[in-house]
Amino acid sequence: MKRVRRTGVGRRLGSLAGVLAAPLLLAFTAPRPAASGTPSTRSSTTTVRVFAAASLAEAFGDIAKQYERAHPGTSVQLNLAGSQQLATQIEQGAAADVFASADRRWMSYLEERSRFSGADTVFARNRLVVIVPRTNPARIGRLQDLARPGVKLVLGAEAVPVGQYSREALRNLSRIDGFGADYARRVLANLVSEEENVKSVVGKVQLGEADAGIVYRSDVTPSVSRYVRVLDIPDSANVLATYAIAVVSGAGHRSAAQEFVALVLSPAGQRTLGARGLIPVAAAGRRDSDTP
Amino acid sequence: MSDSAISGPRPRASASSTFGRLAALAFAALAVFLLLPFIGLLARVSPAVLVARLGDPAVLSALKLSFVTSVWATALVVLLGTPAAYLLATRDFTGKRLVEVLVDLPMVLPPTVAGFALLMAFGRTGYAGRALGLLGASLPFTTAGVVAAQVFMAAPFFISPARAGFAGVDRRLVDAAATLRASEAFTFFRVVLPLAAPSLLAGVAMSAARALGEFGATITFAGNLAGTTRTMPLAVYVALQSDLDTAVVLSVLLLAMSFGLLLGLRAAPVGLFWNKPRAGA
Repeated sequence: MKRVRRTGVGRRLGSLAGVLAAPLLLAFTAPRPAASGTPSTRSSTTTVRVFAAASLAEAFGDIAKQYERAHPGTSVQLNLAGSQQLATQIEQGAAADVFASADRRWMSYLEERSRFSGADTVFARNRLVVIVPRTNPARIGRLQDLARPGVKLVLGAEAVPVGQYSREALRNLSRIDGFGADYARRVLANLVSEEENVKSVVGKVQLGEADAGIVYRSDVTPSVSRYVRVLDIPDSANVLATYAIAVVSGAGHRSAAQEFVALVLSPAGQRTLGARGLIPVAAAGRRDSDTP
Repeated sequence: MSDSAISGPRPRASASSTFGRLAALAFAALAVFLLLPFIGLLARVSPAVLVARLGDPAVLSALKLSFVTSVWATALVVLLGTPAAYLLATRDFTGKRLVEVLVDLPMVLPPTVAGFALLMAFGRTGYAGRALGLLGASLPFTTAGVVAAQVFMAAPFFISPARAGFAGVDRRLVDAAATLRASEAFTFFRVVLPLAAPSLLAGVAMSAARALGEFGATITFAGNLAGTTRTMPLAVYVALQSDLDTAVVLSVLLLAMSFGLLLGLRAAPVGLFWNKPRAGA
């Protein structure tokens, strides 16, 4: 009687241990071929880890698929977040093969700490726009309305590339006739939340909680544009976000990482970036020629 | 391992048995796993840096906001949760199971989902939010919104132990009070509450600590702005992305506060608060 019960418990414990151990085993064994120099038993385990600014979500999603199609047996893993967050992760030793930042600041932050093998390359630019919920609860019809008291404005935090670009654009607008020298200060007084990446800004506006937010043009994807209206920021005041990419030193898959960067810079990659609302570098040289 | 808790002779000393040794081993492994992160955090910061950073306006403002909001949240949880726990412990009604599950739900709900759900209800476009809007009030992006998120997430941590405390009160004492023609209110305050006090205090500690540590629902529902909605956990998140020293200092502070809260209220002599009637007296 006692024996029977014990084996029953034992079996149950055994299967439980199996359930618990399976993911652990996977987690420990999967990265091993990358870490050690030994050739992996199956090449299908190669994974390029791309740390990319949140605003690259759609474009890099497409490029990752193109890459996987061109390189059977290699998969791309995207880690999307605010560039500042990714830079800190890499600084703290996160296993990244490629870093794509939405500004030069976080690129040089890692460069100064010699975290790259080779130089970084500018691969795209992006334009800022103001978005308001489709219902437009604060009745914002022009940029001047952002300074009206009571408007709930959401921006990226200052450490986030889009947050810094936004503040720069607001300062630029203050110098334009019809806005007033204190425009930026009055707009920033309406700030109700500082987000950690641009997609969170989009989310708050899309949900209708915020009256307005400043994001990249490429963030206004077809699914987002059903919920928001776009107000353009004139070119004279707009800030062009500069995206740069580099291979992280000590990358587990150096050649695969370099191939990924090459694809981003290739005509095909540039076309994809353009199709997703970013400005390819070739076109960015001619400032006015960015037609969607 | 106190043997005194179990009356009667025991066949074998458990500490020397294989079973006892295995259990102790597992416990030791878990203890090390739980302890190491704390040690890592404490080892990362020198006392000098800790003291210097305490005066940092970002740290101070987060500290102040966290203190104010979690005190409010805990007070609201106790005020609204005590009757709930009492009714759940003493009454039977149809749909009680469902209510119990609903009350416990925030404990296991991902906080981000809770924050999103709060937005759907109390956000500007939510049903309750629209009603609030008519009164000129709004929760998202306000300190009140932070308190709301904390109450939502912390309430079950008070209600569960409080309910167990009320349910554990000896029924005969309540009946005895009733035979002496004590009203239910009188019995509640003079008999039930003092007897359940240790459980209630444990619940207060748990829910206060949970409110203090609330992150996901807060950032989703209330936003993230220094001085208004950026509580300590949010400030840690922000600092982690650019200013690691501040992140460590804030984390150590949170750790110390949570530890002190759990330890302090658990060890608090209940007699200080109520005269505890003796069971069977």
